[in-house]
Parts: sequence; C-alpha cells; structure tokens
Amino acid sequence: MKINDVILRTVTRIVVFIILTFGVYLFLSGHNTPGGGFIGGLVLASAIVLLYLSNDIETVQRSLPLDFKLVAAFGVLLATVTGFGSLIFGVPFMSQTFAYFDLPVFGKTELTTVTIFEAGVALAVVGVVVTIILSISEDE
Amino acid sequence: MNNIIVLPLIIPIIVGVILVFLRPYVKTQRVISLVTMISLAGISLYILNKVQAEGIIRLDFGGWVPPFGILFVADSFAMLFVLTASIVTAICLIYAFSSIGESHEKMFFYPFVLFLVAGVNGSFLTGDLFNLFVCFEVMLLASYVLITLGGKKAQLRESIKYVIINVLSSWFFLVALAYLYGTIGTLNMAHVSERVAEAGQGPLLTTISILFLIVFSLKAGLLLFFWLPGSYSVPPTAVAALFGALLTKVGIYALFRTFTLIFYHEPSITHTLIGIMAGVTLVVGCIGAIAYKDVRLIASYNVVIAVGFILVGLAVATQTSLEGSIYYVIHDMIAKAMLFLIVGTMIVLTGKTKIDEISGLIRNYPLFGWMVFVVTCSLAGIPPLSGFVGKVLVGQGAIESGSYVLLALAFLSSIVVLYSLLRIFLNSIFGETIISTEDEVPLKKGMIIPIVLLGVGTASLGLGAEFISEYVSDAAYVLSKPSVYIEAVLGGNK
Repeated sequence: MKINDVILRTVTRIVVFIILTFGVYLFLSGHNTPGGGFIGGLVLASAIVLLYLSNDIETVQRSLPLDFKLVAAFGVLLATVTGFGSLIFGVPFMSQTFAYFDLPVFGKTELTTVTIFEAGVALAVVGVVVTIILSISEDE
Repeated sequence: MNNIIVLPLIIPIIVGVILVFLRPYVKTQRVISLVTMISLAGISLYILNKVQAEGIIRLDFGGWVPPFGILFVADSFAMLFVLTASIVTAICLIYAFSSIGESHEKMFFYPFVLFLVAGVNGSFLTGDLFNLFVCFEVMLLASYVLITLGGKKAQLRESIKYVIINVLSSWFFLVALAYLYGTIGTLNMAHVSERVAEAGQGPLLTTISILFLIVFSLKAGLLLFFWLPGSYSVPPTAVAALFGALLTKVGIYALFRTFTLIFYHEPSITHTLIGIMAGVTLVVGCIGAIAYKDVRLIASYNVVIAVGFILVGLAVATQTSLEGSIYYVIHDMIAKAMLFLIVGTMIVLTGKTKIDEISGLIRNYPLFGWMVFVVTCSLAGIPPLSGFVGKVLVGQGAIESGSYVLLALAFLSSIVVLYSLLRIFLNSIFGETIISTEDEVPLKKGMIIPIVLLGVGTASLGLGAEFISEYVSDAAYVLSKPSVYIEAVLGGNK
C-alpha cells in the first residue's frame, strides 16, 4: 500500500532547515549556555532521520552519500585528539583555552578549543543515532 | 603534570577509532593492534617504576584541582593490574590472529578489543567514582559487542542474559552513586573516604556500601555469578580468554578499592559479609567445576572459584592477605587466559566439548598436552608456578586474623581446582588417542605460541616472585593505609 505523504514531504522540506539551523545554534551556544555538542548533535540527527522518514533510504543516500559509522568514528577521533592536543602544549590532558578575535562579519568573537571537542561529540552523536535508526529500519 | 597516566586509556581509544577506518585491511589492523598493546605494556611498566620512585601519581583532567575535577590516580595496585591486562590482551590478540576468522576481523573485532582495554584500564586508573561508572560502561559496551559478534544462536541467548544483568547492575551502580552523593556530597574517591571517616560510617553509609558490594559482586562474579558460566563459554576462544582474564578482575579491583579506601570502618558488617559471600562462592564454584563435563563450563567455574579465593584476601584484610590477593589476581589473569585458550584449542582440534569424548591429545600434540599440565599445576598453586605465592600469603593472612573457616575453604578449593583440571588432563590429554594420523588437524603455530607464552609467563611470575614483590608490597601498603592515597590525591598540587 502506498501512503499519501504529500503533506509530510512538503513540510519536511522546510522544517529540515529550521531543525538544522536550531541544531547549529544549540551546538554553538554550548559550553556557556544550555546546549553543546551532544544536544546539538541529537537535533541534527533528528533532521536527518526526518529526511529518511519522508523520503526513502536510497534517495537520501544518493544526495547524502555518508557512511554514518565512519562519521561517528571521525567524531570520536576528533574529540579524543583535541584532548590529546593538551599533551603537546604540556598542560594537563583535556585542558581548554579560549581567546577573543575580531572577525570580519561577526565582530568580536570568542573562539575556544572546546568547540573542536564539541564538534567531535556532535559528529559522534549524529553518526551513532543515524546508524542505530538505519540498522533498525534495515532489519526485516 | 603527569599526562603519561592517561595514555593507557586514550591510546586504545584513538587507535581503535583509526582501525575503524582501516576496516578492509585486516593485516594492517592486526599489526597496529598488537603494536599498540605491546607499547601499552611498555608504558605501564614505565609508569609502575615511576610510581615506585616518586610515589602515587595523579593527573587532574583539564587542570581542575580535586575534589572539583575528574582525575586519574596511578598507584602500584592500579598499575600492576594495567600492566598485566596489557600483556594478557597482547597475547590473546596473537591467538585471535589465527583463530578468530576474517568475518570477525572485518566487523570491527580489533577496535572493540581496544575499546574494551580502554574501559578496563580506565576503571583501574580513575580516582572518581562516577568516572569509574563511565569506564565500566565503556568496557561493558565493548564486551556486549564482542560476546554477540558472530551471531550464533547460543551467543545471542547468553548475551541477552549478560546484557540484562549488566544493565540492571549498572542501574544499581547509578542508584548507589546517587545515594552516596546525596549523603556525602562528593564522588572523588579520596574525598569520599575522608568524609566517611569524618562522619563515621553509620548505618546509612553501611547500607550504601552494601549496595556497592552488590553492584561490584555482580560484575566480579562474587556469589552473584549465575550469569557467568553461560556467557563466558559461548564467545570465540580469544574473546572468552579476554573476558575470563580481565572482566571479573575489574569488579574485583573495584571491590578492593571501595572496601579498603572508603568503607573500611565497619569490617564486622561489610567484611564479614564479603567473607561469607567469598566462602559460598568457593563452595558453589567447586561444585560447578566438578559437576560438568563440558570443558568450557569447567573453565568458567574455575573463574568463579578464583574470584572467591581472591575475595578471601579482602575479607581477611590484613596487609599480608591483601598482598596475597594482588599476587593471585596477577597470576589469575595470566593463568585464566591460558586455561581458556587451551580449552578453546581442544575444541578446535577435536570438534567436541565433553571431556569423555576427547582422549589422548598428548600423543598427537605433545607440547600442547604439557601446557595443559602446566596450567593445571599453576592454578592449583603448585610451586614454582605463579599460583603458589598468592595462596601462601592469603593463607598466612587468614591464620594471622584467625579466619580458619575461610582458610579451610580456600585451600580445599585448591584441591578441587586441581581435581577438576586433572580430570581434563587424565580424560582428554592422556589415554588412547581418538584421532588417527590422517584426521589429525594440524595445531596452528598461532595457537600454540600464545599458550606457550602464557605458560612461560606463569612460570616466570612464580620463579620471579622476588622481582615483583617490591611492587606488590607497595600496592598492599597503600591499600592498607588509606591515608597515603588520600594524601597523594588531596594533599596539594604537584
């Protein structure tokens, strides 16, 4: 039976961008205000899962040709390597630092090393969540 | 600034993740994982010697001073465990190369072994109870994968039990942590210990300590081991050997840590309870080891007996008995890995699992047969092999404190261990051979070499007990004097 999902598809097309933006916002607002890599990653993953729900798996995979297992692995690698970076600078493991920069568009911006770590967390979360959902859906 | 002590946790994780990207290149994965484990052993040895020279080392993550941040603490006790675990894992990996099969190797077998090691090492090194929980979870998640990988019916059946029991015990762990935090207001082990000592270990704290006892007993297989024989006998040999050697030891480590560092004020309640549990474990484990004819189950029940024996040392809790337990844990990691590898190899060679169906292996595989004899003697505690020192010291401790019942049970269990393994030896190794020369499956070099390496390990640990006695007595000293550990963690910055 073919379900009529015109409404779902149309809404998804717009909503996915809202969710993705919200995910990025949550990700960037982390480490000082509520948010961060984990929550941001979950929201980003929900956008991707929504794409999978409204279209079929093949269509999404054609336009988003990522092996999410590797995305997760890359995330973990990024997060641990940032922790490892402390060793090179001779400070305790997982130390963090931040500084203010004047960027052309954003003005005075705080850039932190935590953000790199959080990016790793976000990628790991996205990779794991999507892998879980995909393997459940592939199960017969 | 002691970043080196985080390496036993972080190197396996990073290398494991890199191996995920190298999925199709099986040979590269083998080489990298083996090199990693050997270099980890080297690093652990270096840290162990550094601890002897400089005292207990700690690392505050991100520079957050305890008790506010999370930290790693390396004392001799933890480092001896990390070192032995690294060596045993390296040897089990060599066995896996020739036995595990390409389908496993392409399904991220090596990354998950490394994640398991990361969890195990993290549990040994952490100085924070919540971090201990996290490291337990890392280890358990990797073990869930390793036990189910392959997807045979028996594996799935046993892994459901294994996962459920561990999820339940993790939940208990979390509840116990919440209670402890609610009462004491800290989770840093040294800080908890200090506050428990200040407040006095009243009924409430003793109850919480018993909750911790239940959690760690489930993990260690102390009394609550009903899940253990099943789940340790289904995975592939190399994995079973890793589980038998490492996983219960993490529970044992946690028991020793909590009941020597934190909850040592009411030994009449907690340590008596541990004593009773250890005694019952010994008795029931012995019954199991004699009752079954399946070699894998015999090996699994031998794990249970060893857990009981080691915990006798904690129940008695004199410095001598603690020293004995530490010796015995190190010995047991090596000897249990060897026993599981031998049992797995027997099954590979004959295709049978019952001892009365296998016979006369020594005629076809003489070296292998003698290795079975070595492990039998070693586990029974016959000198000069490694089980001897531990047994003597635990016995001496038990006599010092007058725990004659536990003493008797502990030594009777040694006889049962000897009997249960001699039964394997007499039935399956000696006697008329069932394998004709034509059907003889060649014993792969990759299988016998790790077994011989472990055999050499147990012999040299027994003969070289003198060399490690310095480390072991330092470890036991720290365990019996909580103030040393607390001073190292909370006493100013280094």
